[in-house]
Amino acid sequence: MDIIREVEKELMPVRRDINFEVGDTVKVHYKIVEGTRERIQIYEGIVIAIDNKGISKTFTVRKISFDVGVERIFPIYSPKVASVDVIRKGKARRAKLYFLRKRRGKSAKLREKRIKKVIDLNAGASKSDTSANADAKE
Amino acid sequence: MSKSLIGKKIGMSQYISDDGTVVPVTICELGPCVVIQKKTVQKDGYSALKFGYQEHKKEKNIPLPQLTDFKKKNISPKRHLSEVAFFDDSLDVGSEVKCSIFQENETVTVTGISKGRGFAGVVKMYGFAGGKATHGSHHHRAPGSIGANTFPAEVWKGKKMPGRFGSKKVTVKNLKIVKILQDKNIVLISGAVPGRKNSIITVTVK
Repeated sequence: MDIIREVEKELMPVRRDINFEVGDTVKVHYKIVEGTRERIQIYEGIVIAIDNKGISKTFTVRKISFDVGVERIFPIYSPKVASVDVIRKGKARRAKLYFLRKRRGKSAKLREKRIKKVIDLNAGASKSDTSANADAKE
Repeated sequence: MSKSLIGKKIGMSQYISDDGTVVPVTICELGPCVVIQKKTVQKDGYSALKFGYQEHKKEKNIPLPQLTDFKKKNISPKRHLSEVAFFDDSLDVGSEVKCSIFQENETVTVTGISKGRGFAGVVKMYGFAGGKATHGSHHHRAPGSIGANTFPAEVWKGKKMPGRFGSKKVTVKNLKIVKILQDKNIVLISGAVPGRKNSIITVTVK
């Protein structure tokens, strides 16, 4: 098994760091070849699963298109996936969001994940400085 | 000229090419093999090479005639010995052969020992259709009738019956070499290769 993983690592055509999590709404830029021309198609939806399978690692993106649920599975290390943009961070409490398939409309929405603001201690210190100055002025 | 090498099957994976197509591949470790004997037309009536693959772990487990042969030729004892229909005059006894003899996109033939399935029924072994699973059927995976009545009054020879399945020499032709990693002695062959993981295989290019 170790040899397989080692070989797979060496053969990865695209070394991609995953910048999204399960529950995020993403825009997948997928390369499509039409004859000789190449264009990029954008597919937008919620990531409902990430499957770890070595070089065959994939992620599933679900969206509702004309009232029909559509799921597309993208290989993460495929050169055809040009880029993945995160539009909205979603709050998910499980690794696979298959329960979304049974839901429609508002109940199929995930709460947005808010990233905690980093409190700048220096900023606070400068504020107290100014107040101290104000005190001194008084 | 045909070329061959012994190696082992490591397992299956996928190969993603630069244009994004995914190819199922078997990862195989081929070689390095050591030439143990050269068979020539003058001496043996045909030409071939005897390859040795993988080191022996304990000297006490090696048959004595083999061990003396290895010592005489000054080669470290090898676990797997096999004769291949591959002859190259430039290769001497004791010289090492690596997977660099192959090229990418070459068509190869792979021989190995298939996975053993034990005592198998006709459905698994020969793909018999079997009977209905439900609707009151009592005929599920049985072979059914094995012959007629008064004539021929016997079961024809070669009738497909249940029995030991697998663990036999299997050859698969027309597989393609997808990628070679020379420093690791790894060759990726498209499709499936007979045998379980870590089983010994012979890869030949005609």
